[in-house]
Amino acid sequence: MVKRIEKDHSRFRQIIRGKIKKELRKYITRGELIGKKGKDLVSIPVPQINLPHFRYSSKNSGGVGQGDGDVGTPIGRGDDEDGTGQAGEGPGDHLLEVDVSLEELAQMLAEELELPSIEAKGKKNIVSDKDRYTGISRSGPESLRHFKRTYKEALRRHIISHTYDPDNPIIIPFREDRRYRTWKTQQFPEANAVIIYMMDVSGSMGEEQKEIVRIESFWIDTWLKYQYKNITTRYIIHDAVAREVDEETFYHTRESGGTIISSAYKLANQIVDAEYSPTEWNIYLFHFSDGDNWGEIDTDECISILEEKLIPKANLFCYGQVESPYGSGQFIRDLEDYFENEDKLILSEIADKEAIYQSIKDFLGKGK
Amino acid sequence: MSLTAELSAFRDEIKGYAREYGLDFYETIFEMLEYDELNEVASYGGFPTRYPHWRHGMEYEELSKSYSYGLSKIYEMVINNDPCYAYLMKCNNLVDQKLVMAHVYGHCDFFKNNLWFSKTNRKMMDEMANHATRIRRYAEKFGEEAVEDFVDVCLSIENLIDPHSQFIEKPEEPAKTEPEEEEAIEARLRLRSEKEYMDDFINPRAVIERQRKEEEEMAKSKSQRFPEKPERDILQFLIDYAPLQKWQQDVLSIVREESYYFAPQAQTKIMNEGWASYWHSKMMTTRILSDAEIIDYADHHSGTMFTQPGRINPYKLGIELFRDIEERWNKGKFGKEYEECDDYTTKKNWDKQLGLGRQKIFEVRKMYNDVMFIDAFLTPEFCREHKMFVYEYNDRNNLYEISDRDFKVIKQKLLFMLTNWGQPFIYVVESNYRNRGELYLRHRHEGIDLKLDEARDTLKNLSVIWTRPVHLETMVDETKTLLSFEDDEFKETEID
Repeated sequence: MVKRIEKDHSRFRQIIRGKIKKELRKYITRGELIGKKGKDLVSIPVPQINLPHFRYSSKNSGGVGQGDGDVGTPIGRGDDEDGTGQAGEGPGDHLLEVDVSLEELAQMLAEELELPSIEAKGKKNIVSDKDRYTGISRSGPESLRHFKRTYKEALRRHIISHTYDPDNPIIIPFREDRRYRTWKTQQFPEANAVIIYMMDVSGSMGEEQKEIVRIESFWIDTWLKYQYKNITTRYIIHDAVAREVDEETFYHTRESGGTIISSAYKLANQIVDAEYSPTEWNIYLFHFSDGDNWGEIDTDECISILEEKLIPKANLFCYGQVESPYGSGQFIRDLEDYFENEDKLILSEIADKEAIYQSIKDFLGKGK
Repeated sequence: MSLTAELSAFRDEIKGYAREYGLDFYETIFEMLEYDELNEVASYGGFPTRYPHWRHGMEYEELSKSYSYGLSKIYEMVINNDPCYAYLMKCNNLVDQKLVMAHVYGHCDFFKNNLWFSKTNRKMMDEMANHATRIRRYAEKFGEEAVEDFVDVCLSIENLIDPHSQFIEKPEEPAKTEPEEEEAIEARLRLRSEKEYMDDFINPRAVIERQRKEEEEMAKSKSQRFPEKPERDILQFLIDYAPLQKWQQDVLSIVREESYYFAPQAQTKIMNEGWASYWHSKMMTTRILSDAEIIDYADHHSGTMFTQPGRINPYKLGIELFRDIEERWNKGKFGKEYEECDDYTTKKNWDKQLGLGRQKIFEVRKMYNDVMFIDAFLTPEFCREHKMFVYEYNDRNNLYEISDRDFKVIKQKLLFMLTNWGQPFIYVVESNYRNRGELYLRHRHEGIDLKLDEARDTLKNLSVIWTRPVHLETMVDETKTLLSFEDDEFKETEID
């Protein structure tokens, strides 16, 4: 039986996702997409739609509380959006901050975006050994002695030999009674993946554009980490020349200068060839740019590298074009025209932060 | 699912203790639910059948998320109805179930006996199902979108009711008098004149005419102002006078009826929870608990009473106030003599051995609501003992800060937060504003401005119902302001 609430719930989800009743969107309260806490915990606010009411503005209202502290002791932060952070309200009236692990987050992401699980390649080729404690044996190191089983054996022996006295139930295990845990080594197939992020850092990519790339790649990372045990991430930035950098630099550099996209593709190809054989690795390539490449000649070169080298090797090549006030945005159209039926190449235009959602869905929605 | 044999034995036992202590309640039916079923019922405000709306889905999302991440779970849910329905979560352990049952009997007693609940519909379970059927039928007939959109609009103004109106006995409407005959009026206006020939001088035609006109004008201007007195039950006013279709009128009246049903629960949150907690604590610790259960009980109880720094927990505040009242009336710590005593030690050790405590708290649970409760029983000693304070928003550093620990300030603030359950007072003042059939509302400003963006959107929703421009008189930054929604636009005008 379908529960009645499910219909109401899915309707609510649809409103939150902006599929229906767009006029209610402005009443949705939700927090920041990324909120890394500690090692890999993220706080997820529960979205709420607050229909408008005649109510007091919370900022200047204050309230009554209980606890220690002198006059002037701060007790809570004001909230910019509305009074949800305000103290003094009854339970059930507050915005929840949910802590979840990245794995759960990825599951939720999958649910939310209706992402299919990835069909990985290379599973047969790479195996890893793993020990599992599954059995019991009569010999083994003392540190693995199984107390309960040993005790049971001894008890059984006492009873059989009529030496067990219920009034004085002392059980003394012999050497023969002892039982030990044993392990078996099992082989698990494993899939490996590498993600190479490439970002255009030419003069036309501003802070806002980079913010978009950062948020989007965080979510892509989360999803792929959930799908693969072993994941390696590499970062390339380029303007007119490309170079490999670490994560920190990737997100924080602002270079300037022209844009030669093929430089990045060449470098990515070198890395793949040197370290990640396509038969054993799942290769994901992401490239973000504002699409303002320098000259048609280079675009042609890009296309030929993609067609001959990168796309055949990769599971997926994703190109995300961030809208920028300076760029012409021609690149995405050139790719579009050329690779009309290539399903390993995914193109997505990201106009603003709102569009990240759709773009992630474009990239990961195929289950490659 | 009904209770297991074990639990129903405990239920009978606990019911016995509750009666023994003098609690008085309707028949109470317990049901056991799985966590997801309980979340569902809770999302519908405790009613198994409720009209479909995304807002219930939103509740459900919050409840099930916080349950699955282990942040909170519902222990208990009880419905004000005759018979009372209460739900237990299947997976809770036995001590929790016992505690919940004892707590539930406290609530049931409160529902039945507290004055503010006396006007609520005790067959609300059926009524809610009835509402659901009606709204479903409208959705089939007029389209789901249309009905849902209209429900959204109604929910946006659901708080515009007057919880006290149910207690006001309306004077009988004066019997309508037949309009007077032309000649009768003239006869009434004429002065007595003995001599016929003087009549034209005593009662000149022109004067009689003028008087008659004036009377007509008066009658007219009287009926022009409508409503005659400002009206707080705006929902009723709209149901009666807004140009709505039949189904819309019905939907609005459903929303209004449910608002009135839930209002007393908001008006007595502190008392109701305090009362139920008082009794679960009393029954558990004096009668029900076995030695082995003490720790689990204490753990659960302290969890319920936990007050986050800087907040008010109605369970805690309520139970402590009831206990304080009981102690004060047991020891005679009230009345003129006690109030006027200014010796700290004498006051502290005051004990007249009156033993009136139990009787007093039963009386309080019958007659009071939260506002009256705090007004009458919050004492400076209580505030000090429970470290109460007032906090204010400091916009220099975007922080809430403790601003005062003075008893008077605390009490005033607390009362303000509770009055009209912390909502602004809005009246409908005039339904033919500017003689153009526009609706004019007034906000009784008490020092705090309205949240403007929401107020504007609420006005817009009101105009959907009223179909003509709607105005709200309020104060914005200490300036009397008229917020208007007309011709698809918001306007803000200063008025004097």
